[in-house]
Amino acid sequence: MTAFFQWVGTMHPILQAVVVVIAFAVVVAVILLLVDIAPRKGAVYTWVRLAMCLLIPLAVMWVFNSYYWAMGVAVVVGALFFFLDYRSRDGAGYLIQLVAFMAPAMLLLLVGLILPSIQTMYASFLNSSGKEFVGLNNYIWIFTQSSGVSSVINSIIWVLLVPTVSTLVGLAYAVFIDRTRGEKIYKVLVFMPMAISFVGAGIIWRFMYEYRGKQYDQIGLLNQIVVWLGGEPQQWLLNQPWNTLFLIVVLIWVQTGFAMVVLSASIKGVPVELLEAAELDGASAWQRFWSVTVPAIRPALIVVLTTISIASLKVFDIVRTMTAGNYGTSVLANEMYTQFSKFEAGRSAALSVVLFILVLPIVIYNARQIKKQREIR
Amino acid sequence: MSDVKAETPENLSTHAVLTGRLDGAAGRTRKKLSRPWASIASIVIAFLWTVPTLGLFISSFRPRDQIQSSGWWEFFIHPEVTGENYVTVLQSGTTQLTILESFVNSIAITIPATIVPLMIAAMAAYAFAWIDFKGRNALFIFVFALQIVPIQMALVPLLSSFSRGINLFGLQVTLPLGASAGYAQVWIAHSMFALPLAIYLLHNFMSEIPGDIIEAARVDGASRGQIFLRIVLPLTMPAIASVAIFQFLWVWNDLLVALVFADGAAAPITKLLAEITGTRGNDWYLLTAGAFVSIIIPLIVFFSLQRYFVRGLLAGSTKG
Repeated sequence: MTAFFQWVGTMHPILQAVVVVIAFAVVVAVILLLVDIAPRKGAVYTWVRLAMCLLIPLAVMWVFNSYYWAMGVAVVVGALFFFLDYRSRDGAGYLIQLVAFMAPAMLLLLVGLILPSIQTMYASFLNSSGKEFVGLNNYIWIFTQSSGVSSVINSIIWVLLVPTVSTLVGLAYAVFIDRTRGEKIYKVLVFMPMAISFVGAGIIWRFMYEYRGKQYDQIGLLNQIVVWLGGEPQQWLLNQPWNTLFLIVVLIWVQTGFAMVVLSASIKGVPVELLEAAELDGASAWQRFWSVTVPAIRPALIVVLTTISIASLKVFDIVRTMTAGNYGTSVLANEMYTQFSKFEAGRSAALSVVLFILVLPIVIYNARQIKKQREIR
Repeated sequence: MSDVKAETPENLSTHAVLTGRLDGAAGRTRKKLSRPWASIASIVIAFLWTVPTLGLFISSFRPRDQIQSSGWWEFFIHPEVTGENYVTVLQSGTTQLTILESFVNSIAITIPATIVPLMIAAMAAYAFAWIDFKGRNALFIFVFALQIVPIQMALVPLLSSFSRGINLFGLQVTLPLGASAGYAQVWIAHSMFALPLAIYLLHNFMSEIPGDIIEAARVDGASRGQIFLRIVLPLTMPAIASVAIFQFLWVWNDLLVALVFADGAAAPITKLLAEITGTRGNDWYLLTAGAFVSIIIPLIVFFSLQRYFVRGLLAGSTKG
């Protein structure tokens, strides 16, 4: 694999992409072929299956350039797997099929998310070189140091403001434009920022906030408006504590479109009969909205709030490109990267664990919702 | 059962058809709702949301000295257009890369990082939806929960797995991925991080395929592989398309993964832009044009495919 990637690495960038996609397609084709052979009856196929269970782990280990030990383990596991599959109650080949479909995703998740998360939790109790156990020192450092405390507080301000404002504006907008002429264009205009990178959005808004001394012509729109109104130009991104709010505006600008689109679709799913019945009963427009529409779109509202909350907790790019976390605007994700680039591995890990703890309640709530739904099924 | 059904994407679209048919009646009800201030408010919101991008776009075509000395709204008084900013910005960059090269890098990173996780997720989603096994629900919820683990937690250990190889309980499982491996690190990292969401969204869509169709195919002697390839994948295409767009935008727009995994010559355009913003933060002729170069591909993808994109968002989101 390393050799393969090194060989690919010598090509033109675009060609690299194409070659890798083709190689991947071949792997998928082989997997699907195996799935196809797995349940067939006959001595030949039994031998094919046995060979499969022994050779594939071996081949995988070889491709990943592993050592002989791993190969030995792989062969033993493969043989065990073969006999388990042979005696499987769901018919021969059942396990092979299941594993063939699941293994790639599960392996990647294990290596890419599960193991690293555990390692990070462990690393958060170690010092910067990762060799000495320091207990809770890294966490104590976060909560005793002004930039650490302010990044925790800022993260909480982000997660309180961004979801509420963008959901409220998105909901209002979705209701206002519902079934008006040109609804599609209205939607695209507000939804468009979703396609723009946070780096791009950061530049767009730094330009909006650009400051020039009052003797010069302003080139930032916001300051120009202030000047037109007779005020003095402001350093929007430097003046604490308000600068955090001006960064938050950027994420609201990005996320409102998402809230609007989801809520708009779910508003269209509210049964018209309900609204008409409420109208016949003499409910005003506001009453109809509050006691018919809002309860009916509750699931969508929860989803929107959850998704945006998570996005605002993890916000990084906006802070990085607009202030780099200076002037008291840092957030957890940015602080974590800053410590990482200063080679403070333990502190960086502790910061991401704090971030994880803040996200945890949202995970639990959503997992419960899914569990409920799957029980209904 | 009906609770779940009512929230599926297909049902949403049937809803749309239904409400479309009832539009006459609904229209009457809603017209009374819309008051002048509502339309004024929506125009104001639409205006506020568009002006920042418009300002950037106009500025990127104004001559350098004009950008630095007067606001972009003056363009309407003294319209003067130049492409010079774009020429300059495409050639500028760091010592290793120009913006143009990093733009090519972005394409090279995004294509495999969109296709690979999607295919892997489709296979896993199929197993979750249509292969019965013990602990299926628990495992599925676990995978969903992984979606919300901040990738910040995975970055540093994953980086060391790449540079030192994976070592499990003293057993060396993989060898280090050399620095000369090009984009491999970024591709693999993006593929890993995309899986929880992609599996979740695709599973929601796949599990709504009527069981009769799959049963019938099985009776006709189709194997699981054939069912996956010939029935489930084609029927899931709308969801796959939308998740693909989602993933494409996410990878293209990403900065954090790029900062950690895409070193030197492999850096995508977001990373270079962030660097330019840091070092030449007042050169607005570079920043405006550069930002627009980075925005252009996602905007094209977004405007040409937004119909599918929106459906994809809904496929997962209405279910939560």
